[in-house]
Amino acid sequence: MSCHAGFVFSDKFTTYRFRDDHPFNQMRVILTKELLENSQALLDTHLISPRYATEDELALAHSKTYLQAVQKASKGMLSEEEGMEFGIGTEDTPMFEGMHEASKLLVGSTLSAIDAVLEGHVQHALNLGGGLHHGFERKASGFCIYNDGAVGIKYIRKKYDYKVLYVDTDAHHGDGVQWAFYDDPNVCTFSIHETGRYLFPGTGNVNERGLKEGYGYSFNLPIDAFTEDGSFLHVYESALREVVEFFKPDVIVTQNGADAHFLDPLTHLSSTMKIYERIPQVAHELAHKYCDGRWIALGGGGYDIWRVVPRAWSQIWKIMLDDTPFEGNLPENWLEKWQKESPVPLPEYWHDPDGSYKPIPRRKEIEEKNEKILEKSLQLILNQKRFNNSF
Amino acid sequence: MLVEEVMKTDVITLTAKDTIETALKLLHEHHIRHLPIVDEEKRVIGIVSDRDVRDASPSIFEKGTSPEELKNPIESIMTYPVTTVHPLDFVEEVASIFYEQEIACVPVTRNDILVGIITEKDMLYTLIQLTGTHVQSSQIEVKVINKPGILPQVTQVFGKRKVNISSVLIYPYKPDPKYKIIVVRIQTMNPLPTIEDLKSAGYEVLWPKMPGMQS
Repeated sequence: MSCHAGFVFSDKFTTYRFRDDHPFNQMRVILTKELLENSQALLDTHLISPRYATEDELALAHSKTYLQAVQKASKGMLSEEEGMEFGIGTEDTPMFEGMHEASKLLVGSTLSAIDAVLEGHVQHALNLGGGLHHGFERKASGFCIYNDGAVGIKYIRKKYDYKVLYVDTDAHHGDGVQWAFYDDPNVCTFSIHETGRYLFPGTGNVNERGLKEGYGYSFNLPIDAFTEDGSFLHVYESALREVVEFFKPDVIVTQNGADAHFLDPLTHLSSTMKIYERIPQVAHELAHKYCDGRWIALGGGGYDIWRVVPRAWSQIWKIMLDDTPFEGNLPENWLEKWQKESPVPLPEYWHDPDGSYKPIPRRKEIEEKNEKILEKSLQLILNQKRFNNSF
Repeated sequence: MLVEEVMKTDVITLTAKDTIETALKLLHEHHIRHLPIVDEEKRVIGIVSDRDVRDASPSIFEKGTSPEELKNPIESIMTYPVTTVHPLDFVEEVASIFYEQEIACVPVTRNDILVGIITEKDMLYTLIQLTGTHVQSSQIEVKVINKPGILPQVTQVFGKRKVNISSVLIYPYKPDPKYKIIVVRIQTMNPLPTIEDLKSAGYEVLWPKMPGMQS
């Protein structure tokens, strides 16, 4: 299979920068882009220059007072006390100069990706600058100021009136997007993440299923800490296939956080590169089967920016182009250039060799637990199949 | 936390002469499980649970028979005397009452007059609030020596960073009573700097553990 795809990119993505020692670092988008170029998979003709989101577009998912507060903070005119109410100026999302413009660009880049796909210029589009799923209507949170996913989906609903399936594979729960569409039956959200028992933000339990008309259109798969590839992929793939068949979306938006890897410093899952090949493959297949190919993929979390994120994100692009993941050695010129900058030895291969992490002692138990969670998560769909179809 | 902060003040009550049928209807309509019985001055003279009412109702297998039983006054089946609490009592005391007396609801009275009600469900909601899991947070577990003054020493480490603590719980460390576990929920996505601070201050952090480590 060979598809037309667009890669949204601007070197201004790196202006979204809290502090030098902050874990959220958009250098990872540059590293990914260069890795793809050095692998001869990304050409200039693939590139889409992003636009800035307008104030009205931001207001689709954010309150006016919040937007004003961010603009003030952007110019250093918001006091620490005022910022607290809006979640800005915290350890997670400190204020920085130009934060409004930098955040507005990330939202605009998602809108550019959406327009490119929904106006039919390309079948799929990738915006690794986006995926900031923790942003709330009037609150910044978890490194996210504006929620490009939420704004983007509101924009799709308004401009194109399509039914949207949002798929979030970040290791943290996609709470901001979920709550933005909690009562909306035209937007179905599905998030697989490490259980919130210990991990931020703590939500994303199976019983969060939506409200009012939106009841039954929020799906959560909170998997156990130390979950490995096999169990992750099994529950992810089984759930997503059921959800797509049930919801029948017109377009799929995926959030592709790359922080479920065993090397990620902020989470406790034990996956390897294998999941990052398969996750986009399933989305790709389902987008063609149900949505005429309409698929917009966003970035997200990912805090090992040297060893994990560039490899994981490159695979999304490769899958968009020809459905075949990269294999073998990483390009030498990329390794040579970036090894000098990297504080850790860079990996040589696209795959993680077997035995990269210590064996997980409770593997069987974790797999069984995840299997139960899968069943609970899909309960409404399974009940519907079992009882409604029997007449 | 005080009972008055947790109790519901909108209480549905019955008088002694009301019928069991009325009770059945009220329990059903309002999705509740307990009805205090009060006199004209709103003093609590008894209480009935959904189980009392069900026990006094005809079996679902006896269809067609006239449910004469349901015409009986509620005072014939109510429980009394009733355990009540005061608005200024602690919710922890209510939890002990529920546990020891094996009941799931207490009316709240001031000067013997009914002013509110607390049920098992309100208690569980309070527990959720106390654990801090209702706000965005990450959980850290620290093993500490069981001695006076240790808590302020540990929380001092948290104070250094601009992270808000949403809850603190202290558990016994089961394998060795010389230690305790302090569970702290902090409102941050990146607990790593705080964990580093704890470790360099000499504390053992039990969670988070890095993948691949023995769990």
